[in-house]
Amino acid sequence: MASLRCFLRSGKNAVSAVLRREFHRTPPAAVQVTVRDALNQAMDEELERDERVFLLGEEVAQYDGAYKVSRGLWKKYGDKRIIDTPITEMGFAGIAVGAAMAGLRPICEFMTFNFSMQAIDQVINSAAKTYYMSAGLQPVPIVFRGPNGASAGVAAQHSQCFAAWYSHCPGLKVVSPWNAEDAKGLLKAAIRDDNPVVFLENELMYGVPFEISEEAQSKDFVVPIGKAKIERQGKHITLVSHSRMVGLCLDAAAVLAKEGIECEVINMRTIRPLDAEAIETSVMKTNHLITVEGGWPQFGVGAEILARLMEGPAFNYLDAPAVRVTGVDIPMPYAKILEDNSIPQIKDIIFSVKKTLNI
Amino acid sequence: MLTIISNVLRGSASRNGAELVSESSTLRYVLQLLAVQSECANLTAPHDHDPDPPSRLKDPQQPHSPSVSLPLTQIPSNTPVEYKTLGHTDVVSSEAVAQEESSVMSSGSSTSEELSIVSLLTERISERQKPVFEKIISPVIDVPPSPVLITVKSPATSLVELTPVVANSSSKVTSSDPLTSSCPLPAGSILGLDNSFPEITHSLAEETPLPEPQLAGARVVVSARTYADFTPQATFDIKKCDLHKLEDGPPLQAMLTREEGLQYYRTMQTMRRMELKADQLYKQKIIRGFCHLYDGQEACAVGIEAGINLSDHLITAYRAHGYTLTRGGTVREIMAELTGRRGGIAKGKGGSMHMYTKHFYGGNGIVGAQVPLGAGVALACKYLGKNELCVCLYGDGAANQGQIFETYNMASLWKLPCIFICENNKYGMGTSVERAAASTDYYKRGDFIPGLRVDGMDVLCVREATKFAAEHCRSGKGPILMELQTYRYHGHSMSDPGISYRTREEIQEVRSKSDPISMLKDRMLSNNMASVEELKEIDVEVRKEIEDAAQFATTDPEPPLDDLCNHIFYNDPPLEVRGTNPWTKLKSVS
Repeated sequence: MASLRCFLRSGKNAVSAVLRREFHRTPPAAVQVTVRDALNQAMDEELERDERVFLLGEEVAQYDGAYKVSRGLWKKYGDKRIIDTPITEMGFAGIAVGAAMAGLRPICEFMTFNFSMQAIDQVINSAAKTYYMSAGLQPVPIVFRGPNGASAGVAAQHSQCFAAWYSHCPGLKVVSPWNAEDAKGLLKAAIRDDNPVVFLENELMYGVPFEISEEAQSKDFVVPIGKAKIERQGKHITLVSHSRMVGLCLDAAAVLAKEGIECEVINMRTIRPLDAEAIETSVMKTNHLITVEGGWPQFGVGAEILARLMEGPAFNYLDAPAVRVTGVDIPMPYAKILEDNSIPQIKDIIFSVKKTLNI
Repeated sequence: MLTIISNVLRGSASRNGAELVSESSTLRYVLQLLAVQSECANLTAPHDHDPDPPSRLKDPQQPHSPSVSLPLTQIPSNTPVEYKTLGHTDVVSSEAVAQEESSVMSSGSSTSEELSIVSLLTERISERQKPVFEKIISPVIDVPPSPVLITVKSPATSLVELTPVVANSSSKVTSSDPLTSSCPLPAGSILGLDNSFPEITHSLAEETPLPEPQLAGARVVVSARTYADFTPQATFDIKKCDLHKLEDGPPLQAMLTREEGLQYYRTMQTMRRMELKADQLYKQKIIRGFCHLYDGQEACAVGIEAGINLSDHLITAYRAHGYTLTRGGTVREIMAELTGRRGGIAKGKGGSMHMYTKHFYGGNGIVGAQVPLGAGVALACKYLGKNELCVCLYGDGAANQGQIFETYNMASLWKLPCIFICENNKYGMGTSVERAAASTDYYKRGDFIPGLRVDGMDVLCVREATKFAAEHCRSGKGPILMELQTYRYHGHSMSDPGISYRTREEIQEVRSKSDPISMLKDRMLSNNMASVEELKEIDVEVRKEIEDAAQFATTDPEPPLDDLCNHIFYNDPPLEVRGTNPWTKLKSVS
């Protein structure tokens, strides 16, 4: 059946090619898509696919999104499905959760995850725990999304990374995409998932273009939640990261490659459930591990990875203690020079790699 | 019809030999039934299994009569099939029940046992499936089975499928929900039967074993009417509600039919006894943790449910046992949940504050958090266009929460079909309203939202106000606020004796002057709508039901340890969960 379909599809292409009398065409090249557009496409496609999906948040409708992520959606879908809310996070997050309980599939946008703290009770107590407390009677299919972590010059109250906070809680899934393909695939997966998903974007990544494969351009392209991706193969050391820091790891790896150090870079994609297996497999190959994240060190994502490694089979393969590269343990300052030195830079990653490898 | 006759005869015979039942009495009873049937002649199929009772009994004036909203006790014999299509397997065949019931029945009953018979009958039948109202009395013939019962266990369907009236027909799962039409009223038509056979009915009542529920229902109506000549319905004056931003309020008079009265009485009594039993079990340390008891406030839960349909939605805070009952939970499930057993409504994993049924979203522990949730449910109602509404309850303590005001704002902006109800029982835990709120006019706190202040100790007042509010919401006018002035006899929870911040005299005074159950009882007795014995009989049955439930709740085993990690995620492949140490890997399935 599937093969028949394939045949028909290719047959159609062949026929049209013949009729047009042109050279046989290669498949369309991968296109460049910014993370913002990838997110926009994901929401557009899911809104189209399922009537029950709707978006609510501050400025998502008529303003086209505070960061323009939801540009064009209100024009296309109207007031019923793209809802502007007043500045009342606790209220509208609760309303979103209630709507999810009653059968809809809301996407609740927080303008940044810093504001989600106002609504965190609804995310944790009303969304995450309900399926368990009801022993399976009441699922909550909701996505909470928004930019997370440090931006540029927005200072302490607007720069916190919440990956560790949300990943702490059972009942939630927490994803943190890096590139456009991650963003699109994971957002689609999150919307289709019947459980509460916290979707941590990054404001600084919104405008960054990435090549997106043809497969990723399809309306059914979904990146599975809970699976990490190896962005770069390597053999000397494993760098594990999520979100924007993946880019930094790849840059550091490129620099280190010139010195003969081959880093394996893993893009976590999902923070909870953590793909410990991928990390362990990699460590068993490279024998060294560094985690890189933008958030604070204490009880952070890196801390969890290291703990798991200690408790798992890969510990015996470590030739040096695994270390974490994290944001500095301070509230984010404003001045550029201070801000730049509050989060990991490429040189910090390179330094840590060399220390770990004892070079 | 023939089924009915044969059932009666079968039933009589099976009970204890034919000698107690005179043939003529059976015959006369059957004739009565026929009379009833002919009364309701526009019933296309006065047939037990009619899943889609036509709007024959619908009284346009009372779209929300309790018997309407409550899916019925009648478990038509085809219900099992219907239930099964919903993925429901908890069906008890009426015959099996009949046999069980006959043994129960043989313990003898006094006069006017029709009701008790019916209630016992339906009680057993409905164990896991019926809302309390249904169990009590089925005054109406041929009302479709309750949707509630059905889909509690299948969250997927409950999420997606809107129509609770599943039983109606598998094909008819649309928003043109015949729910209102399918809930006929036990209006005067049924009651307009003649009184020709009082003595027969009496004896029949004693002997009658359990026919199918519909039959029982019919019989009840008939015999109830003829025996002792009770007043079928009466109109009562109810307190005027204070209004805020409203031109008119609910009517000043409420009509109560005998069946409704008995139904409310029974439900409230069940609630009362259930809470008192929970109190007992808590003191015996069989229930632990939180236990917030609802006794004193029964009129609120019962009155609200009487004013809405089961297809509407409801969410409340932690004082939720009463609502779990009115929304379709059984006493057994509720008590087993309190004692943390696997037979509990949430399999023992939720506890007192986390009980759920279809269209009932708990049971919420965080004060005030349920209010935005309720507005979200209302948003879904509006979005899905099914003319349903959401009743969203909170207390006088929660009324000061910021998120509630956020919710008022959004609900009003978007005209969500949400009835906000503040159950003002005068104390938020240990703090009286004067010490907590700058304005204790909770019905005005919605500001731009119209409000009513209602006497929450009078079930009729609550019912009329709820109907009024429901009408307001359904007509698209947006949210409305109701403050129910009520009282709780117990302290805030079982750990609170409840007398450090209020006097025993105050509690005593409310108990003697405004007890909701006594008020209803007095009304019914003084208007000859029921007899003292009848009500006593209901009390006995309720007590028995509670005893059985408590017995179950104490003897049912605790949930298996395998269940520890289950239900983390829905519709997900099984996952591994870390145990207390790195070597313990536990399994979690959806």
